[in-house]
Amino acid sequence: MSSLLTRRFFLGSSLGATAALLVSTALPRMAMAAGAGGRLVVANDSEPRQLNPAIAASNGVFFIASKVIETLGQATFEGVKPLLAASWAGGEDGLSITFRLRDGIKWHDGKPFTSEDVAFSAMEVWKPLQNIGRELFANLEKVETPSPDTAVFRFSKPTPLQLIENALPVVSSVLPKHLYEGTDIAANPANSALVGTGPFTFAEYKPGQYYLLKKNPDYWQKGQPLLDEIVFQVLPDRAAAASSLEAGEVQLACFSAVPLSDLDRIKSVDGLEVVTKGYEDLTYQLTVEINHRTKELQDLKVRQAIAFAIDRKFVLDTIFLGYGTIATGPVPESAKTFYTADVTRYDFDTDKANALLDEAGYKKGADGVRFKLRLLPAPYFNETKQFGDYLRQALSKIGIDATIVSNDSAGHQKAVYTDHAFDLAIAPTVFRADPAISTTILVRSGIPDGVPFSNQGGYKNAALDQIIDEALVTLDPAKRVALYQDFQRKVTEDLPLINVVDWTFTSVASTAVKNIANTPRWAVSSWADTELDG
Amino acid sequence: MPVLRLISRRLLTSIPVLVIVIAGTFFLLNAASGDAVDAYLGSIGGGSATLAAELRAQYGLDGSAWARLGFYLGQLAQGDLGYSVALNRPIGAVIWERLPPTLWLMGSAVALSFLLGSSLGIVAGRRPGSLADRLLSTGSLALYSVPSFWLGLVLSILFAVKLRWFPVSGLETIASGKTGLARASDIGWHLALPVAALGMIYLALFLRMMRAGMAEVWGEDYVLAARARGLSERRITLNHVARNALLPLITMLGLQAAGMLGGSVVIESVFAIPGFGRLAQEAVAGRDSALLMGIILTSALLVIAANLLVDLAYGLLDPRVGSGAGGRDA
Repeated sequence: MSSLLTRRFFLGSSLGATAALLVSTALPRMAMAAGAGGRLVVANDSEPRQLNPAIAASNGVFFIASKVIETLGQATFEGVKPLLAASWAGGEDGLSITFRLRDGIKWHDGKPFTSEDVAFSAMEVWKPLQNIGRELFANLEKVETPSPDTAVFRFSKPTPLQLIENALPVVSSVLPKHLYEGTDIAANPANSALVGTGPFTFAEYKPGQYYLLKKNPDYWQKGQPLLDEIVFQVLPDRAAAASSLEAGEVQLACFSAVPLSDLDRIKSVDGLEVVTKGYEDLTYQLTVEINHRTKELQDLKVRQAIAFAIDRKFVLDTIFLGYGTIATGPVPESAKTFYTADVTRYDFDTDKANALLDEAGYKKGADGVRFKLRLLPAPYFNETKQFGDYLRQALSKIGIDATIVSNDSAGHQKAVYTDHAFDLAIAPTVFRADPAISTTILVRSGIPDGVPFSNQGGYKNAALDQIIDEALVTLDPAKRVALYQDFQRKVTEDLPLINVVDWTFTSVASTAVKNIANTPRWAVSSWADTELDG
Repeated sequence: MPVLRLISRRLLTSIPVLVIVIAGTFFLLNAASGDAVDAYLGSIGGGSATLAAELRAQYGLDGSAWARLGFYLGQLAQGDLGYSVALNRPIGAVIWERLPPTLWLMGSAVALSFLLGSSLGIVAGRRPGSLADRLLSTGSLALYSVPSFWLGLVLSILFAVKLRWFPVSGLETIASGKTGLARASDIGWHLALPVAALGMIYLALFLRMMRAGMAEVWGEDYVLAARARGLSERRITLNHVARNALLPLITMLGLQAAGMLGGSVVIESVFAIPGFGRLAQEAVAGRDSALLMGIILTSALLVIAANLLVDLAYGLLDPRVGSGAGGRDA
């Protein structure tokens, strides 16, 4: 009798427990279907060491910070448009830019946002501390604040408005002066518990688990944001990100968190879609970096032979599964203002490559090898590593025996950008909306040792240097564009590096998430108009 | 107090071990090209040479290897684990924060594998060669040969993605505001699959050890004597055979503590649990030597503690082994 009782009790309670489990799994989904507002859960594969976008202008930081801290201008498909600034104008001489700021904006702690904040951010943070601002604002002398809604940037050398404008979405995150003034900026607690003017306020960070952002009820754009909360769930494992999406626990994964090879399967899951738009201004370039200290690679014919030996179409189709475009030069096609197709092309041709190497005097030995090289693929993306394997095979077909040297990220940075212990390296360089930002640095001579993603191959070309320097101070936008088109021609002619494929990221999203990918830097934009419905 | 003497002797003898572990780790990491600043700059898409130099100076990465090791050991002597470059936080705090999830995960997995493994081992070892034995033995062999990450993925796909009985990942429901018992059950629900994935592998190990131990003991004289005394089969199995076969399992338990720590790196990744294993992975990826050394040091202490506990338990179970002070105290 007693055993019967316990058995019945056990059965009953386990049924009850199962029912409770079912109810609790159903709950989050029901809450989602409520329509307006709601919580958007996003997969996030990294935890930056600090979240301040004014200090570290990087996608990993922007991904979270751009919802809290705003920039002066934002990227749209029609070019850079005002955000914190209402408008801007450059002086005739190129020595000043005047920003008119929006009225009535408040920081999340209630203090008013003024031109003082902009001046402080520019002079105390962007120029001395930021990884990109250090170069870009090198000639910024001071920022005047004649009124609370006006900030005048004064430069010591003519600075093109087009360049600063293109850079605004990346470099111009404004910090609250009242929280940073007189403190050690790099160690300020607000670098993690962000205080900004954006549509979401920073609510909570649990290391290893999540970042929680909450709706800013006093946001200056009326009626926004549309979401109540955004949760960035830390999911470093790609398989975990994919299964969380499939299980409906996560509604959005950006920056190709789901591997390309899984996209076909994910596409077929009900309620999920693969989005390839929204990253147009975050184009990555699969680049073969060349060490010009290596005797063989100093010969243009050898560099041309390598360029001819790469089947770009094959690389695009098999490694990138078609998600990308064939690169023609150092500016990607997605940068419509600057791109030109009128450059020297290197269409796949092994015979030509072999002929060029013969001409250069590197005959094949008895073993079919002309010479040996060290090849260092960057460890950051699967695609760069896979391309390393492909390039090794492609080079072996033209008699170049490449040895792959694999490093982790610290080892790769040091080997290529400090020690120059490479012959060829494969880099995922970034095109940031304007060639002057992080593109010309790849070929400009005289870069000191130890600068990541720069010309560490020791390439020198006076004509190219001159174009780069002239473009930096050319104010007329049309002339600037012409100079950069010339830049593309010179680079493809002399091949200081070889561009192979331009690619951006993909997102996987629940079909319930609306208004996604509506700007060319969407993943790192404010998400003020992003919506969630059943 | 022999127990206290055992503990203090163990801790004293472990100090040289720890110093060797620290120095070894330090020079191994130092031998690799690049440092935490290289890894950091790579992760934010670059920066200038002056920025790199400033960061190196700030984190004391610019001196010679010996100077840095000396500085680190000096810090350690004061009970300070240092500062993490990759996470930009004090290492002591980070470790303190990440340890509980791993201890829960490992503790539950050890308990599951030991209790279930030894019980099933008794069932299998009771009649070696029987159907139950053959089923359990084959099943455990299959389990044992499966890598834990694969088992984790399979459990995750089946029970979390397809059936949706359990959450796919995480330690607890995000920002749920739950406290007390509700939070504990929430964490338990999240840990169910990872504990199963981690524990299953070791379950097989314990099952097989128990079975083998029992199979060996069946023929011993004292078992025959017990039979002759007319004791029930149940009592012989549990009190005479299983009890003696259990001892090697206890030894194994201590050895497994280290292995579990390694296994939990993988499981924590698959299930996105913010534990110690994943922290180690982040430390390696960020080339954060101070953080990694803090982790290794803590792990070494954990393993030492686990073995100490095992020794104490051994002394209780088998008075002949004792605690070094002789059996007379037991």
